[in-house]
Amino acid sequence: MSEAQKADPGLYDFVPYRNRSKIVWPGGKKVAIWVAPNLEYYEIDPPANPHRKSWTKPHPDVVGYAHRDHSNRVSHWRMADAMSKYGFPGSVSLSVALCQHHPEVVKDANERGWEFFSHGIYNTRYTYGMDEAQERAIIEDSIRTVRDATGQTIRGWLAPALTHTPRTLDLIAEYGLDYTCDLYHDDQPQPVKVQSGKLISIPYSLEVNDHYGFFVYNMSPREYADTLIRQYERLAEEGETSGTVMCIPLHAYLIGQPHRIGPFAEVLRHIAEDGRAWIARAGEIADHYYDHHYAEAAHGA
Amino acid sequence: MALDPAYLEYPKRREGYDHDLYPWSSIFDRKPVAWPDGKPVAVWLCVSLEWFPMTPSDTPFRAPGHMQTSYPDYRHYTAREYGTRVGFYRLLDAFRKAGVKASIATNGAIAERYPQIIADIMADGHEIIAHSTDMNGTIASTLPEADERALIAQSLASIEAAAGKRPAGWLSIARSESWNTPRLLKEAGLRYTCDWVNDELPWRFANGLVNLPLNHELSDRQIITVQQQSADSYAQQMVDAFDWLVKEAADHGGRVLPLHITPYIMALPYRIAAFEALLQTLAARPEAWFATGEEIVTSWEGQQ
Repeated sequence: MSEAQKADPGLYDFVPYRNRSKIVWPGGKKVAIWVAPNLEYYEIDPPANPHRKSWTKPHPDVVGYAHRDHSNRVSHWRMADAMSKYGFPGSVSLSVALCQHHPEVVKDANERGWEFFSHGIYNTRYTYGMDEAQERAIIEDSIRTVRDATGQTIRGWLAPALTHTPRTLDLIAEYGLDYTCDLYHDDQPQPVKVQSGKLISIPYSLEVNDHYGFFVYNMSPREYADTLIRQYERLAEEGETSGTVMCIPLHAYLIGQPHRIGPFAEVLRHIAEDGRAWIARAGEIADHYYDHHYAEAAHGA
Repeated sequence: MALDPAYLEYPKRREGYDHDLYPWSSIFDRKPVAWPDGKPVAVWLCVSLEWFPMTPSDTPFRAPGHMQTSYPDYRHYTAREYGTRVGFYRLLDAFRKAGVKASIATNGAIAERYPQIIADIMADGHEIIAHSTDMNGTIASTLPEADERALIAQSLASIEAAAGKRPAGWLSIARSESWNTPRLLKEAGLRYTCDWVNDELPWRFANGLVNLPLNHELSDRQIITVQQQSADSYAQQMVDAFDWLVKEAADHGGRVLPLHITPYIMALPYRIAAFEALLQTLAARPEAWFATGEEIVTSWEGQQ
């Protein structure tokens, strides 16, 4: 890769937000809403990756590990029940080894009709430094593990702990995956340029991710709830012009804490009752986009 | 160069945890817990009472709240002492006024230096939890086992000498443990630790030691010092948490709301009124069972 290619790997075309062709979601809805719970497993004593440290403390990092373990003992069900109550399925960013460690959590999500995509093997194993064969191995492991545990074939990818290589997007497209959640350049799905096959980006979100809300912006639970409602109201309004996407990325050990879940449940109620939202899974958003908009966006510009 | 092939090997990828410290279970699958008098939510007040030597140690790590400037750091030393001399007595008065008992997680050095404060805690019927020696007594896997064993023994001996009673509970500084800690705490005769924040009810390590989770997310340190929210917001969040747990308890059995308080954070003149009002609000709620850590552990153990 030349320096110029590295500076801009050419992931997508520049397409300004103004004057785009109109996306209309099923039922004439203005904004496609998807909820993305991260169902993760963090190892207590992971091997070192030379490019990134996992825990900041000598192992065991008791608070770091136990905080995340809260998801798999307590807060997954608290979060999932709030979602089910208001009719929100999850599109799960899955540490696929959770299928081995805590199959009860994966089974619960599967029985609720949630969709799974891969978030790597563990959130303590990073892609940095992998060669192509190693990266293929984690993709193949992800496909096989999720199929064995849930009967589902994964269609998307969110890199483990957001660690990528320059070949990740090409590889997942080659394996037939339909969408990536790793690109944050837009509020609508967009074609991604890959060497073979097709790939689109589906807006995920760092900015309204509960982790950013609580640990980057230090919001209170009610401030975070207000943030989600403002995000929703604006995207629903702009969706009149061309349909938008809003993702609510979650971690049960954050949103499912007892002081946070109540205000969050009120956000779900607000969106469910509003009427402008298409409450969907990531794969359904991808299907609609591929069926109605991909060809024009990929070739018509 | 590719990563070491071992990076793609997963020797602990198996059903259950990648360690043998404690077994997995979901709080929603366990036999429901019933607290005394049919109260749905145990409210557990836990106060950290700490002495920071003006000579901070970074071995194995520097405690949160410790000295920050070049020696002598009068500013942080005295601001922490303010919590012990003034703020803590505001909290004791607030507990009296609300008619509630608390657990005081106390450095051994507090007992050695200020026996009066131990007498005042005991006179009001609060529990003392052992909270290391002083704020240089941090624990991590880089601490030699013999040193850790000695630290635990010294903490317990200092508190027992001043209080006339050996603590049943343990709280590590910053909840930080080594691989050895659960074994060493059990060896020292402790009943429970509060370090693991992975649950909202007590649970047992494989060696029989109990963990009573002291949720760090609900602490004044996290909400006020780290996340920079107001005391009013903190109080609102605790009431929101209480209300949620009351609802959840109706379907799933008793719950615990742990309030982790630091005198030099919460007991400042401009914050204490919000905390006092929170105590009054919760004390007036018929669903609340105010209990010490040991009382919660005892009630829970009696139902297992």
